[in-house]
Amino acid sequence: MRSTKVIKVALVGNPNTGKSSIFNQLTGLNQKVSNYPGVTVEKKSGFAKLSDEVSATIEDLPGTYSINPSSLDENIVLQALLNPANQYPDIVVVVADVENLKRNLFLFSQIKDLQIPTILVINMADQMKRKGISLDIELLKRELDSEVILASARKNIGIENIKKAILNYKNVKISTIANIADRIDADFFKKVKETFKDISLYKSWLLITQHHNYPTLDKELLKRIKTFRVDDNKLKKMQNRETILRYQYINNILKKTYKVDTDQATGLRFKLDKILTHRIFGYVIFAGILLLIFQSIFDWTSVPMDYIDTAFSKLSEYVKNNFQEGVFTNLVAEGIIPGIGGIVIFIPQIAILFLLISILEETGYMSRVVFLMDKIMRRFGMSGKSVIPLISGTACAIPAIMAARNISGWKERLITILVTPFTTCSARLPVYAIIIALVIPNKRYFGIFSLQGLTLMILYLVGFTAALSSGYLLHKTLKVKGNNFFVMEMPNYKLPSIKNVLFTVLEKTKAFIYGAGRIILALSIILWFLASNGPTSFKNASEVVRGENSELTEVELNQKIASYKLEHSYIGIAGKTIEPAIKPLGYDWKIGIALISSFAAREVFVGTLATIYSVESDDDTATIKERMAAEINQDTGEKRFNFPVGMSLLVFYVFAMQCMSTLAIVKRETNSWKWPILQLFGMTTLAYLASLLTFVLLK
Amino acid sequence: MTTIANLSVGERGIIQDVSFDKVPLKLLEMGCIPGKEVELIQVAPLKDPLYIRVNGSHLAIRKETAELIQITKSENLCEVLKS
Repeated sequence: MRSTKVIKVALVGNPNTGKSSIFNQLTGLNQKVSNYPGVTVEKKSGFAKLSDEVSATIEDLPGTYSINPSSLDENIVLQALLNPANQYPDIVVVVADVENLKRNLFLFSQIKDLQIPTILVINMADQMKRKGISLDIELLKRELDSEVILASARKNIGIENIKKAILNYKNVKISTIANIADRIDADFFKKVKETFKDISLYKSWLLITQHHNYPTLDKELLKRIKTFRVDDNKLKKMQNRETILRYQYINNILKKTYKVDTDQATGLRFKLDKILTHRIFGYVIFAGILLLIFQSIFDWTSVPMDYIDTAFSKLSEYVKNNFQEGVFTNLVAEGIIPGIGGIVIFIPQIAILFLLISILEETGYMSRVVFLMDKIMRRFGMSGKSVIPLISGTACAIPAIMAARNISGWKERLITILVTPFTTCSARLPVYAIIIALVIPNKRYFGIFSLQGLTLMILYLVGFTAALSSGYLLHKTLKVKGNNFFVMEMPNYKLPSIKNVLFTVLEKTKAFIYGAGRIILALSIILWFLASNGPTSFKNASEVVRGENSELTEVELNQKIASYKLEHSYIGIAGKTIEPAIKPLGYDWKIGIALISSFAAREVFVGTLATIYSVESDDDTATIKERMAAEINQDTGEKRFNFPVGMSLLVFYVFAMQCMSTLAIVKRETNSWKWPILQLFGMTTLAYLASLLTFVLLK
Repeated sequence: MTTIANLSVGERGIIQDVSFDKVPLKLLEMGCIPGKEVELIQVAPLKDPLYIRVNGSHLAIRKETAELIQITKSENLCEVLKS
């Protein structure tokens, strides 16, 4: 036997108990996020050294109010604790918040009754005095027949005691506490006991009520479960009864051990709620915060984003100039480096967005926003909780769609997922910026309102309007089963923990880079390949062009060759193929190429046009702009990017589903190809028709 | 007998009955169970959802759910303390 032992710990608790803070204190930066096999729920686990010989892997399970799941996230808790096959985990640490001890003990009593080693950590204990709470901890320990530790993650109190308790996992007493089975239905549970002699009673009960949430049960067990064919109504009645009895049991304990002086408890919360959910100030403050978010995403990030942009084009150039010429150098310089650059450039926006969102969530303000917005959002088939994905969507639809998970009603969640890509994500910005610069005059009204800025704002509003109205449409037409039940805890206000906020930012940014980044990178390489390879005419480009244009200088000749190559590359052929379809919108095959390639990620549009108009790849926007401005429509002799074409393109990008990674994430989140396909066709059709209308009207 | 939906802000009542067949288990699990005192803390600007305190929990629920929770109003604070 090895001298080192790793203890498997599961961290469980209600949302808003500071469970993540405890996790962060226990593990520090030794944590990683991965996905549970088969589902997209993030699995957060970390590593803690308990003593010289013993360490622990700690899994931070999603926050839940009960072991009976009502969402995908909560199902993970059930699956982790109910697993009858292996003995995972060695010990469960239930984190409770001293202020909501009653509801927290509800979950604790369920887990304790599973008869796995369980200890209770009561967090935020440093605030007991201020909140007028007194607790007889010794009596509570006896009543719960468990180890109870007072802690404060924020003040780093009690963390060592938690570690000690985990070390001592083998001596944790296994017992049931609530013992209410006979009072629910004595006959029924007698039969349960007989059928599942080898499994604890509460586990058996959960197997009977929750086996549909638990896909990998072995056949023999499933057979035994099936002998309990009780109708759903009766089961639900028994569950309700269990809940009531469990609360009775907890109330009896707390009556003896827990006292709270309510006068001290509610002051600040009451005052802040009055203002933040006020029918006028509430919305004004929310609008102000939204403004701050937009301001920070677009203004504060422009410097680092420009810096990243320049750095990557310089790197590309450096590789091109300093390495041996050849396919590999080209792949690195034109495919991989710009590909990575296209991911890295969004890091500032995503980091800042999640910084702000996690502060709003940590403080408890986000629940008030949900409260304020629920009725309004419901008219559009969504829930108050849809506000978070729709705001996040202004940075990137991918994390936004993942944030829709905590919407409990399936129809509301589905609609949120389907309409979120309409919100103007940051990838549309470079496209908007260059086209607006080309076709909208740089005029100012009253000295402050610039016409270009106003156009940008209108595009954002059109995006939001499209999200809401398609939500309305889906709400009226979608026939999806499942009720949209809504219940949300309104947590108390608290100062955000800097550590938690920074960890969240780090985690989300990493998730974006590894998740979306991989797809964007892969597609950039494929696009590069398609643009730099082609049939015979592509390979003979140099001879053909030189033969036709003998009078040109070497520089001009090279540009011509590049253009010719592009036209005859695989992607050029694709552009030519779709030209008839996009001609009515005012586009030619070159724009067609940009449209196709920007399907990988919208911002690729600018880069592709830059390549098409044979601009040197130093990524000087002015030069791309000049080239685009100089481009002539061969049919009319007019400028290619005139006002109607520009507007038509803008409108196209407002509506089009131009993002492969979003489709991939929608597929994962809805677990079906039906919805991403609906999204793709619906949005593209809308984009096509709207641009057609724009072009025809303005022409 | 009335429902939570008919409380005014600041009013309290005792939960008598919950339409168990229509309300998800989760609502009960979060503390909304018969015999417990409930107080309406705030109503969202468009009259929905409702922000309540029940059994030590602060919850937001929609009006349609609130209508499924039967209560008897407590006339004043003294009576609540007695009960």
